[in-house]
Amino acid sequence: MKQKNHMEPSGSPPLLFEQSQPGRQSSVLARSSADAEPMSRLIPGEFLADKAPDLPELDELSVVRHYVRLSQLNFAIDKNFYPLGSCTMKYNPKRNERIASLPGFASVHPYQPSRSVQGLLEVLYELQNYLAEIAGLHAVSLQPAAGAHGELTALLVAAAHFRSIGEKRANVLVPDSAHGTNPSSAHIAGFDAVTVKSGPSGLVDLDDLKAKLNSQTAVFMITNPNTAGLFDHQIGTISSMLREQGALMYLDGANMNAILGVVRPGDMGADLMHYNPHKTFSGPHGGGGPGAGPIAVRQHLAKFLPSPMVVRRESGGYELDNDRPESIGRVRATFGNVGVLVRAWAYIRSQGPDGLKNISEMAVLNANYLLSSLKDVYPVPMGDRCMHEFVASARAMSREKGVRAMDIAKRLLDYGFHAPTVYFPMIIAEALMIEPTESESRQTLDQFILAMRAIAQESPDVLHAAPSTTPVDRPDEVQAARNPVLRWRRK
Amino acid sequence: MAYTPHTPDDLAAMLAVVGVPDVESLFETVPKAVRLNRLLDIPAAMNELELTRYASEIAGRNQSAGTEICFMGGGFYDHFIPALVDQLASRGEFYTAYTPYQAEASQGTLQAIFEFQTLVAQITGMDLANASLYECATAVVEAAFLAMTSTGRLGRIVMSDAVHPEHRQTLATYLTNLETELVIVPSVNQRTRPEDIAAALTDDTAAVVIQQPNFFGTLEDAETLVQMAHEKGSLAILSVDPISLGLLRNPGLFGADIVVGEGQSLGNIMSFGGPSLGLFACRSEFMRKMPGRLVGETVDRNGKRCYTLTLQTREQHIRREKATSNICTNQGLMALRAAIYLADLGPGGFRQVAETSARQAHKAAARLAQIPGVERVLDGPFFREFVVRFEPGRLASVAAERVRSQGILAGIPLSGYYPDRPHDLLVAVTEKRTDSDIQALALALEVALACA
Repeated sequence: MKQKNHMEPSGSPPLLFEQSQPGRQSSVLARSSADAEPMSRLIPGEFLADKAPDLPELDELSVVRHYVRLSQLNFAIDKNFYPLGSCTMKYNPKRNERIASLPGFASVHPYQPSRSVQGLLEVLYELQNYLAEIAGLHAVSLQPAAGAHGELTALLVAAAHFRSIGEKRANVLVPDSAHGTNPSSAHIAGFDAVTVKSGPSGLVDLDDLKAKLNSQTAVFMITNPNTAGLFDHQIGTISSMLREQGALMYLDGANMNAILGVVRPGDMGADLMHYNPHKTFSGPHGGGGPGAGPIAVRQHLAKFLPSPMVVRRESGGYELDNDRPESIGRVRATFGNVGVLVRAWAYIRSQGPDGLKNISEMAVLNANYLLSSLKDVYPVPMGDRCMHEFVASARAMSREKGVRAMDIAKRLLDYGFHAPTVYFPMIIAEALMIEPTESESRQTLDQFILAMRAIAQESPDVLHAAPSTTPVDRPDEVQAARNPVLRWRRK
Repeated sequence: MAYTPHTPDDLAAMLAVVGVPDVESLFETVPKAVRLNRLLDIPAAMNELELTRYASEIAGRNQSAGTEICFMGGGFYDHFIPALVDQLASRGEFYTAYTPYQAEASQGTLQAIFEFQTLVAQITGMDLANASLYECATAVVEAAFLAMTSTGRLGRIVMSDAVHPEHRQTLATYLTNLETELVIVPSVNQRTRPEDIAAALTDDTAAVVIQQPNFFGTLEDAETLVQMAHEKGSLAILSVDPISLGLLRNPGLFGADIVVGEGQSLGNIMSFGGPSLGLFACRSEFMRKMPGRLVGETVDRNGKRCYTLTLQTREQHIRREKATSNICTNQGLMALRAAIYLADLGPGGFRQVAETSARQAHKAAARLAQIPGVERVLDGPFFREFVVRFEPGRLASVAAERVRSQGILAGIPLSGYYPDRPHDLLVAVTEKRTDSDIQALALALEVALACA
């Protein structure tokens, strides 16, 4: 089923460097006067380059056309349904973009004195409070730059906590269904990551947790709802087990979009958590960043959070507080990914308490609607209900027809849908992880259902040959890794 | 309630398909005991008009480089951003895509990153660059970790105290629970002395970290410092101001092993410090241990050139706790902006930005030194940032505060980082600062210092 659209560009356009013409110039942002003294009178010649760097030379229209053309090669939320599980690809409201680009937010220098940025500090202070309330926890650091950075920061906070009570604990327990960042962050924070198995239903195997939990356990990192899209109802028991051993519970907030205003991590027993505001609170994903990774913690851990924090003085003014002697210190330069945080603030203010709860309810409804409409064709091993996402398995198709999850993913691109997340979580064979989010209408979901059902009927040859309508076909990943070409070089 | 599309009919039809009477029933796996039985205690929703009005009012309470004359630096600079950077980078196809895991549906993002990697390699003079890291301080950390794993030396990291204080503090935080010691070498007269670095080096030192120009704006003898590191078998990590590479010899020419930098000044807004991007470039021998995302060129099944994420076996989603870094993202949009900026400027434009910044900075330094009670701290070589010292009794923070009321952000008082330097102000100059801006700063400081 070739659906070649000749309006779309095909193949990869020439690189910037291949379009370069010696002597051509686009922007002139500065001019030096003709009588300016030689540079070497200002800076000793030994520091100066003989010539400008070897950058491409293009005219302005060529630069514009190049990037417009590149943009047209992408799938994106603004033009395609993007049911990429675990990534919460929801609509990114345009109003947030205009707000974040107000000069009073966008053009503020990071080291301006607090008195000159009272409005911005008020926004950040409010956001700290909203995130604490949504978490059911007490204190929030907005500093981490991404979810994985938040994980690491929280684990450093946990280490500081144990140090402060004279303990050194070696292990962090991580379920086998967790995101790969969890064990990786544990390792970077100086802990050993110990894997806890999932039971057949996809929830934490309590016997295995019991076997691995001991006085050396610093933290148990749980994603709840988990990566199979299930709420682990054993959470109360898990919390009690951890408390008995003096271990902390960390909640990976990747799936917060399922539970806003419904259940709070702190009320589940979590002591620390991170948010992904670029997912839950609608920050655009930008082709892979920027994100942010604010963390929320229980009261007794607040003193260890990174500095600075925004505080409100009795006079009513806001300040950045660096005078926090037990803080773990900084985990980055400057305050944080403020542009992402301002968008999160604007999103929360747009929604209010009813709106946030509605978002989770609709996200869960959309996921269950897809699950119910697809499970006869794409079995869902972990049950008939889900939270905001579910994991279907192409295992049967793989056995019967030799059609793998990746083939289905690629074929979906021909139907104009971005692919689900595939082969994750690793506890489900041939996983297709589908997260529709609350943004999508019933009509879009129905079109997706039709496409998925049509794909299930298509011949293996068609699916193996997919995609056939994208600018390029499947890349040779093996060659890319065996003989890496990571930059253009002049021939 | 914005952003959810379902009509009452949709809801009824969908609930019927799912087979539940109401939405509430979908949450039955959440134990009643832990559920929130009230609404969240956050403010009520605002519509777009209300929110825009409110946010504009709050934003209006901030001073910014949008309205004031900005002489602040320390890694973040008020450079001019051509209109096409905003226009092109904010296209929804770039803006609302995600990580290019499905290469066929993401060639735009992938090619843009491949070009970004090339552009960063070109300006730094290094073999390779990654798709960017969070920002500069964490890039310094990743560079130190790469040095530790590739040399097998876990004893210490040696760093000059003229490296950005927040970058030093960040590395210290990351090393808290590890065996590796962070040894800070004091600078003298705002420069790092090679003999002091040599004295701090041991056989188990993984790397030396130098910033060029350093935090005070001074140009280090980077070439000799790199040699010192290499003589002891340590790696040399150079943290650079990317704009300076339009004018200065690049670190690839004198043997740096890893180059990092704060990329904000390449076409990105300051946004109170983030999101920005950390530049990370290195020699090719570190390719398979590099942190962060990498895009490679390959061919598709029809032999057509294309791009894909590659060398992912380094990364956490495959390697889990054995990964080279826990980083799971890059700063895609910021890297895109940096690439568009460099493509637009080209070699000539990039050099002009660097040159004009340097010329205006030298004018400013000379002009400020004429003010009674003000002196340049060191008469050494600098690029576009320098320190002025006020006479005893005159606090830099107070002077800056007085000037601020005149609509000028005068610089960064060093007392926040170096308590023994209460009279020192770090001043940065970009190509945006005109002669009259410099004159305005000088006059405002004269008035400020004339006040009792």
